[in-house]
Amino acid sequence: MDIFLQLIASGLLVGGIYALIALGFVLIYKATNIINFATGEFMMIGAYIFYSLTVYLKLSPYAGFPLVIVCAALLGTLVERLILRHMLGQPNISIIMVTIGLSSILLGIAEIIWGSDFRSLPPLFPRKPIIIGEVVLRSNLFYGFLMAIAVVVIFMLLFKYAKIGVAMRATANDQMAAFSMGINVKTMFTISWAFGTIAASLGGIIIGNIGGVQPTLGHIGLKIFPIVILGGLDSVGGAVLGGFIVGIVENLAGGYLDPYFHGGVKDLAPFVVLILILLIKPYGLFGTKEIERL
Amino acid sequence: MPKILSIDGVSLAFGGLEVLSDISFDVNEGEIFAIIGPNGAGKTSTLNIINGFYRPKKGKVFFQGTDITHLQADKRAALGLGRTFQNIALYHGMSVLDNIKLGAHSHLKTGLISGLWYWGAAHKEEMALRKEIEKDIIDFLEIESIRNQSVSTLAYGLQKRVELARALAMRPKVLLMDEPVAGMNAEETEDMARFILDIKEERNITIVLIEHDMKMIMDISDRVLVLNFGYKLTQGSPREVQKHPDVIKAYLGQKKG
Repeated sequence: MDIFLQLIASGLLVGGIYALIALGFVLIYKATNIINFATGEFMMIGAYIFYSLTVYLKLSPYAGFPLVIVCAALLGTLVERLILRHMLGQPNISIIMVTIGLSSILLGIAEIIWGSDFRSLPPLFPRKPIIIGEVVLRSNLFYGFLMAIAVVVIFMLLFKYAKIGVAMRATANDQMAAFSMGINVKTMFTISWAFGTIAASLGGIIIGNIGGVQPTLGHIGLKIFPIVILGGLDSVGGAVLGGFIVGIVENLAGGYLDPYFHGGVKDLAPFVVLILILLIKPYGLFGTKEIERL
Repeated sequence: MPKILSIDGVSLAFGGLEVLSDISFDVNEGEIFAIIGPNGAGKTSTLNIINGFYRPKKGKVFFQGTDITHLQADKRAALGLGRTFQNIALYHGMSVLDNIKLGAHSHLKTGLISGLWYWGAAHKEEMALRKEIEKDIIDFLEIESIRNQSVSTLAYGLQKRVELARALAMRPKVLLMDEPVAGMNAEETEDMARFILDIKEERNITIVLIEHDMKMIMDISDRVLVLNFGYKLTQGSPREVQKHPDVIKAYLGQKKG
């Protein structure tokens, strides 16, 4: 029983962090219908910027976070304005190839600037582990989880209540109708790229704080696909739930099955669950069904 | 009557497919202007040219005397060009009231920061807006009883009415309507025709509409433009158009021999 609770608890914590990264993906997909394969690289760049600010420039983490948010917003805006804006109206597959190319470019740039060595972020949180009953939680994971959830909640409130959030939802729902109501759809695209990059970067800092920073940090981005497809590509709530499901499944599989299979089950399990769910619900748990009315 | 909208020599092509060829017409302030024509005549494309979804290959669009050919669709909406769609374009997750409020989106002045926290000015503005919507739009279109329902639960005719409500919340000067009664039964059609007339008469909103329901077109429109294969066939009062030999030919075909 102890080990079960322990696995569930740490699965939940990891899941909350996944949810934040998945949100970075969903924010972009929702407004623009672009599947951003560079989400993982946005994370990695965010973590490196934070590393540079706090280690090279010796800024405090409190200054580091807002600065990373600013840099991420700039990066997202630049990517949208300089690259994706020109792809408007092109076939989806071309746009996807562009984001795949972008991920390679970002990876290369990171290796040129920071090298491929492993870097540790300065400690952000108190070291003392959190003990609840018999469950022991790593402090990095616990505080990282709290931070991730706080950011997710802020984004959700923004989406639900702020004028800009409402305009983004309207854009996501129907671009023509949004245009005809005076919403500047192109600006909404830029904003959603900025928001998506911010969410991914903050996720990158949290992950980097747990496991260190390397150019390959972005490979965690691959795990985002089972999460967002599970939740339904365009559902913020689905991304959060998908994050939790994948976090828990991964931990349970790792804890119970890995000892028998020499490892590897942990990484495989989320995809097995993904395939099972897609067999039953092809649009994900909360995804919009595409209905074409003619 | 002064003209509020002018289309001047507009041509539109998708690749090699010519959709509109040298179309010109004026819409007078306060009239109901209907565009008819067989399928594929370019009716919806004409509306899309007017509200900025398409850019013409040639020609210009004037609104209240200003050239708006190069304005983006959202800017044209803010100037007062409202639009409803052939396929209902409502936001399905939201209630009727929220859908309508979204139409008034561009009239809210409070910006991101205050709008974000929903305090003070933003709250006051929201209340004022709500009052206006309740009185001038919801009561007017007789949708009081469904205002808090989710739009996806509504019957087709009611959804069309909510879409009209949302377009009215934008306070348009000209309302572009793409097949407002398509798929409606006789009673729903009659209601919609009455609303369109009331919008014109009580609010002095100019209406440009596309419709296949000939009886309704002939009953309510002041002038009719007929398109066929992207060309302007003729234009005139409903009575003139109905009798025009080319129109009869386009709709019914020509006797051989």
